Amino acid sequence: MKHEISDETIEYIGILAKLELTDAQKEQAKRDMGSMLDYMDKLNELDTTEAEPMSHVFSAHNVFREDVVTNTDMRDAILQNAPQTKDGQFKVPVTI
Amino acid sequence: MNRKYMTVIGLEVHVELATKTKIFCGCSTQFGSAANTHTCPVCTGMPGSLPVLNKQVVEYAAAVGLATNCTITQYSQFDRKNYFYPDNPQGYQISQLYSPICRNGRVEIETENGKKDVRIHEIHMEEDAGKLIHDEREDTSLVDYNRSGVPLIEIVSEPDMRNAEEVIAYLEKLRLIIRYLGASDCKLQEGSMRADVNLSVCDAGSARFGTRTEMKNLNSFKAITRAIEGERARQIALIESGNKVIQETRRWDDHKEYSYAMRSKEDAQDYRYFPEPDLVPLIISNEWLDEIRAKQPELRDEKRIRYQEEYDLPDYDIDIITGSKHMADLFEATTAICHSPKKVSNWLMGETLRLLKEYEEDPEDIRFSPENLAKLIQLTDQNVINSTIAKEIFEVMYTEDIDPEKYAADHNLTTVSDTDALRTVIERVIADNSQSVTDYRNGKERAIGFLVGQTMKAMQGKADPGTVSRLLRELL
Repeated sequence: MKHEISDETIEYIGILAKLELTDAQKEQAKRDMGSMLDYMDKLNELDTTEAEPMSHVFSAHNVFREDVVTNTDMRDAILQNAPQTKDGQFKVPVTI
Repeated sequence: MNRKYMTVIGLEVHVELATKTKIFCGCSTQFGSAANTHTCPVCTGMPGSLPVLNKQVVEYAAAVGLATNCTITQYSQFDRKNYFYPDNPQGYQISQLYSPICRNGRVEIETENGKKDVRIHEIHMEEDAGKLIHDEREDTSLVDYNRSGVPLIEIVSEPDMRNAEEVIAYLEKLRLIIRYLGASDCKLQEGSMRADVNLSVCDAGSARFGTRTEMKNLNSFKAITRAIEGERARQIALIESGNKVIQETRRWDDHKEYSYAMRSKEDAQDYRYFPEPDLVPLIISNEWLDEIRAKQPELRDEKRIRYQEEYDLPDYDIDIITGSKHMADLFEATTAICHSPKKVSNWLMGETLRLLKEYEEDPEDIRFSPENLAKLIQLTDQNVINSTIAKEIFEVMYTEDIDPEKYAADHNLTTVSDTDALRTVIERVIADNSQSVTDYRNGKERAIGFLVGQTMKAMQGKADPGTVSRLLRELL
């Protein structure tokens, strides 16, 4: 494997992804991510000068809604997805 | 020797668009409704839900771009900005990084030091986040997603401003343009316009700018001015004491007049932007762009020229009237009814501005209708009420938009046009004020003014002073 993911990198990615990993999981993640980067190297070997950049597989474009209210109050249903509620709101741990 | 510093300021301005629905779903954007009553699976980030772009958002964004001399990106896309925060239920914000809808614009601002251009780097479309309220008692946070998915445009300027005065002039100009377009009400206090200030200082004349900080939580022009002055002083103090300015996001506390470092923000690369796979590309054809351009309303500069030609008003009046879209609309609608542009302008310049100042209101908040103002002017012209009474009625009209004709009748305020009745009152005034009568007969012209005043008082203001004066002279 050409790409070695450092301990700091995996630690930092864990923070961004809000994941707590065990040491074994960290080692596994390092190996997986290293091989992903190796695969990117492989793709980079291809000559793509003639290829159009693509971010969507469909050729569709301009799919719109008109500016008309179509939803009614569905708070009760939506709040069923909340871990906890208070006064019609989602109740979550304190965030700074 | 004292070092001379230059302040370099760029702005990121978020504006909530005046659409009826959110950017990616059919939920209402109405402000002030009960928590979470305008939510659905899309704007609460439920798995499997799919966003569909509101066409009006594109048209408003492009209209603002055209009015600020931007180039419209005809092939544009949305991107995902990934971060975790409870006000952002999807775990990402749909925004535009790689191909913002507008680029390379400029607006002209005017300050005491003259005119100058502020360049606009880009304008992009994105969705707003929900609102978090900290529950002190339970030490939890409560989330209301009514604002989640409300359409925003973010207008990013180049670092072209050098002081608070220029920043305010720039914001006022943007606000005026956007209000003219009807794309937003741009209220800083309500958060429909929000400005983040990027500021750095360097030696005057230096070609290399200093390290900048970003300040958030600025919700009035006064707060922005104080924050700019406070942050400039803080950075200079750091430099002069041999320290370095750290690039960070700071939160302005307007009560304490100081900014505080917020928790260190993720770097741009940490947002792991990538093209939004749930939304197809946006192509604005030449035809569509022409349609948007054709729909652009008359903006202030064009209006100014037309007012000079059409209404023959002083430049001062024109500047003030066209300085508010609502006031300009009111002026035009009233004039169309009563055909007295100068009189309409006088009511706006005089009593309206006075009351706006007294109530600390914005011209956009004016509530009286053009019909009622026109009626008030006509009633005065026809001597049904005199100008003093008109001002009294106007004060009521200003707060309650009453019908002046009905109000005058109901409160018995119309001028007494019965000359016989008036004559009787004047005869009594003459009898009661023999000294003034003698003075007048001895050539003291000023005495007539006193007698007119006494008559008006006896009539409780309900007489035409011109008629009173004429009758007095006759009887004397």
